[in-house]
Amino acid sequence: MVPFAGFEMPLVYSSILEEHRHVRARVGLFDVSHMGELRLSGPDAARLAQRVFSNRVDTLKPGGVRYGVFCTPEGGVIDDATLYCIGPEEYLFCVNAATAADDFAWFTKVHGELAASCALRDETARTALIAIQGPEACEIAHRVLGAKGPRPRRWRFAETSFQGAPLLLSRTGYTGEDGYEIYLPAEQALSLWSALIDASRGAAHPIGLAARDTLRTEMAYSLYGHELDRSIDPLKADLARFVSFGTGFIGEEALMRVRDSGPEQRRVGLILAGRQVARPGTAILAEQIIGQVTSGTFGPSIERSIAIGYVPAQYAAPGTQLGVEIRGRRIPCEVTETPFYSRKT
Amino acid sequence: MAAKKDYEIPEDCRYTQSDEWVRIDNDGARIGLTDYAQSELSDVVFVELPEVGSQIEAGEPFGVVESVKAVSDLIAPISGEVIAVHQALDEHPEWVNEDPYGRGWIVCIEPEDAEALDSLMSTEAYRKHVEERAAS
Repeated sequence: MVPFAGFEMPLVYSSILEEHRHVRARVGLFDVSHMGELRLSGPDAARLAQRVFSNRVDTLKPGGVRYGVFCTPEGGVIDDATLYCIGPEEYLFCVNAATAADDFAWFTKVHGELAASCALRDETARTALIAIQGPEACEIAHRVLGAKGPRPRRWRFAETSFQGAPLLLSRTGYTGEDGYEIYLPAEQALSLWSALIDASRGAAHPIGLAARDTLRTEMAYSLYGHELDRSIDPLKADLARFVSFGTGFIGEEALMRVRDSGPEQRRVGLILAGRQVARPGTAILAEQIIGQVTSGTFGPSIERSIAIGYVPAQYAAPGTQLGVEIRGRRIPCEVTETPFYSRKT
Repeated sequence: MAAKKDYEIPEDCRYTQSDEWVRIDNDGARIGLTDYAQSELSDVVFVELPEVGSQIEAGEPFGVVESVKAVSDLIAPISGEVIAVHQALDEHPEWVNEDPYGRGWIVCIEPEDAEALDSLMSTEAYRKHVEERAAS
């Protein structure tokens, strides 16, 4: 167990490699209750959501989920989040644990500036989040939630109940595998966890934070504090498809300037020639140091050492030969298309 | 980790504070990482080996073990010349986890001073060293 953003979090249950491969081959359960939940409800909920969120809100219908970021006026990323449209006047943001308090303060400030008529609630402490991910995940969840239970499609969610408590079943994830992220009151979390384990008849293994990180790194999903922070804009971070211009979100004007001139730096995926691990902070080399690794690991499913980092735009084309400096030695690497891993379906 | 594990600590080896083992066999002094060390590191994915013919010095790093989680120096238990390195670990770094005292051996050296082993820990002393850390 390791402390993380005020929670005691499981880092590894058995072995990182085993846990990782089990999710890709079968199914894994993640307790990610540390994630923050911020609810907006009232006539101006959509207006406030759009002001803080880079992706488009007005076309998001009840039952829809969308990914995006919150930006500073300068275009730096305050956090990344998924937005749930519960109803025309009700939205839920799922945000990172370590940044939830900053997000809430930011929302409160913007709420004041807009004189918005909507309530703002931080539901992090009372909300649990269990992710079930892997090829067998949906089937197991359906067993627990009943044959007549909802079966939302990708990037959709449904509200249902479990043992009388409200439950939000979201067909999303952070692993690259199919599955659900399930929000429910903290009191029911343990029962749901046990029910999923039992219903899986031994197939579902608990997965720690470490394997969650190797799974997301193989998918080249950003992790706040690594690929994203207030000094990085979403265009440079390869998140242009989650930025919707013309919606009036804070940071839009700054990002238009970045879009028009082209980002000076870009996020790239790297595959190393050796099996050494390029840890965060590792220098990326061309003729000299040109950038830094933000995430790096051995990719258990692709069996290659992989890294994500930022380099000047002229080095960002897939196929570009670069190096990383590990313990004073230059290890060759190649800029590659991401995700590193793609599911065989 | 709260659960107390029963680590394998064979009687025919000597041990270092930094969790290497040494065993004298027909080839020379064979060196590897202990069961405790491999368990703490978990998921070894890369072992950086010294060159055959190079000299390693007691107390000095001679290689590196990388796991998914962490990177750790290999510290020479005794001084000597490297007479063999376990090249198969390039392909099978997981052997360090699976069989730390057997297939997971890392280098074999010709000891400069055969009596240097006497300064290292016995099984019993090393067990205490492991338990002290497991308790903290």
